[in-house]
Amino acid sequence: MDSAKKKQLQELATRIRMGAVTGVFHAKSGHPGGSLSIADLLAYLYSEELRVDPQNPQWEDRDRLVLSKGHCAPALYAALAQKGFFSEDELLTLRHVGAMLQGHPDMKGTPGVDMSTGSLGQGVSAAVGMALSAKLSNKDYRTYAILGDGEIEEGQVWEAAMFASHKNLSNLCLIVDNNDLQIDGRVGEVNSPYPIPEKFEAFGFHVVCIDGHDFDQIAAAFAEARTVTDRPTAIIQKTVKGKGVSFMEDVAGWHGTAPNAEQYAVAMDELTAALAQIKEG
Amino acid sequence: MADVIKKATRDGYADGLLAAAELYPDLVVLDADLAAATKSGVFKKAYPDRFFNAGIAEGNMIGVAAGLAATGRKVFASSFAMFAVGRAYEQIRNSVGYPHLNVKIGATHAGISVGEDGATHQCCEDIALMRTIPGMTIINPADAVEAKKAVLAALEMEGPCYLRFGRLAVPVVFDDDYTFEIGKGVELVGGTDVTVIATGLMVNEALIAAEQLKAEGISARIINMATIKPLDKEIVLKAAKETGCIVTAEEHSVIGGLGSVVAEVLSETTPVPVVRLGVNDTYGKSGPAVELLKLFKLSAEGIVEKVHEALALKK
Repeated sequence: MDSAKKKQLQELATRIRMGAVTGVFHAKSGHPGGSLSIADLLAYLYSEELRVDPQNPQWEDRDRLVLSKGHCAPALYAALAQKGFFSEDELLTLRHVGAMLQGHPDMKGTPGVDMSTGSLGQGVSAAVGMALSAKLSNKDYRTYAILGDGEIEEGQVWEAAMFASHKNLSNLCLIVDNNDLQIDGRVGEVNSPYPIPEKFEAFGFHVVCIDGHDFDQIAAAFAEARTVTDRPTAIIQKTVKGKGVSFMEDVAGWHGTAPNAEQYAVAMDELTAALAQIKEG
Repeated sequence: MADVIKKATRDGYADGLLAAAELYPDLVVLDADLAAATKSGVFKKAYPDRFFNAGIAEGNMIGVAAGLAATGRKVFASSFAMFAVGRAYEQIRNSVGYPHLNVKIGATHAGISVGEDGATHQCCEDIALMRTIPGMTIINPADAVEAKKAVLAALEMEGPCYLRFGRLAVPVVFDDDYTFEIGKGVELVGGTDVTVIATGLMVNEALIAAEQLKAEGISARIINMATIKPLDKEIVLKAAKETGCIVTAEEHSVIGGLGSVVAEVLSETTPVPVVRLGVNDTYGKSGPAVELLKLFKLSAEGIVEKVHEALALKK
């Protein structure tokens, strides 16, 4: 990937982080940690990978993205706003009464949201249904689902994985955000889903393991997924929960806590500085 | 009654799926490894490319159905009522109900008439559970004819729909020219002393009860209430006003089913005695279906008994 492209992606990812943190701050609740860990992924998806049209969010042949870890909606909303699906101002009323942006993704109310999610383990099944539908219709759109590493403790994820590989859904790409933390601590200590790659391999997936904050690796993983024709792909991305805001990084407590005004100011200062550095660098 | 034709509503479900297959080329049917029993297997045999066995994984099946529907397809997801609703309640609530997706749930083996398999497979709570989901339509057909028509009607409407079918072959009540409309109760017998509102296999029992009551000099109105939600309030209120007392009859728990729905509606505007016949907050048990129905008094005799109770309460 050339440096200009990388710079552009880093800048977008930082803006997504700013939007997510801003949304959570104004909501006085929400999930910053897991939103920040998928910001780079979302930047790449919406900039390079997904065939979507903000002017025609219901376009039949669009690629689908299901945020199965629906609590990380702040990052998705920030990405959708950056992409032009709706105004960035919407982020200021996230979770407010009467606002468009619900606490968890609502496909009926928010342009660009392909599936209502929030109850962990369910989005991935819907993504499987979308991929199956494409195969049945001989349509070439692809379906992506983002899962949390804690989320894969849900049995339904494995029911869906079994079905997806049994039906050879090569047009399906799951991304597991392995930030290693869930509400109560390290995923390996709560109810270990490890080893993750081996599990998906055993369920018949093509597996790619990457650093989810390295755009070269992200790009390579999605390119590789497109070459697989006989099975679904699972990209296991190692990430840092809270990435980009120093005091939130790798701290379980920031899973579902909003920053106060002081913390918000520090977070935005850090992200603003990061943005300036990207532009200069 | 030697010439009574008997057919299970699950077979009417299969008839409906076959008829729908021609009408809707995009229709997909899913089952959770019970196709032979739910009769979705009839569709599978005729249209193997549009049928998917999701395996013994009902939660995922409902989610996959939601995803298929989200791309604009018509979908039926099928299993026993116990597993479709009981196991996958939350998937139905969050992945189908909340986004109001066009998923139809074809649930068979509802109620105690499952028979020998016993309590673990006899779901008497499904209507209660489905009723609580905003926007869910619930249809419990009385016979195979109505079942087939209900399948087609469900596909014509937009949004989630729960269809409840039985395993047991029961008398066919309706002719092929019977008009079925979602949300409309049907008065089958006129009457002035009491109204029996029945659903599912209890409709035929209600018709038999009406004859017995007539012999006693009691004029019983019989209403078939196939659609539990949205309820035909008009026909219920009219019956309450005109006959002064109501008996409900269903092969379902008295908690949360037709009896509850009717009592809720009447208590708000037209309080009259409502006596509920159903499964009385208990589990089913093993045994031949016909014997179980007798044991649980889900019969014409049971209805007659409840009618006497209702008449005694009537002022």
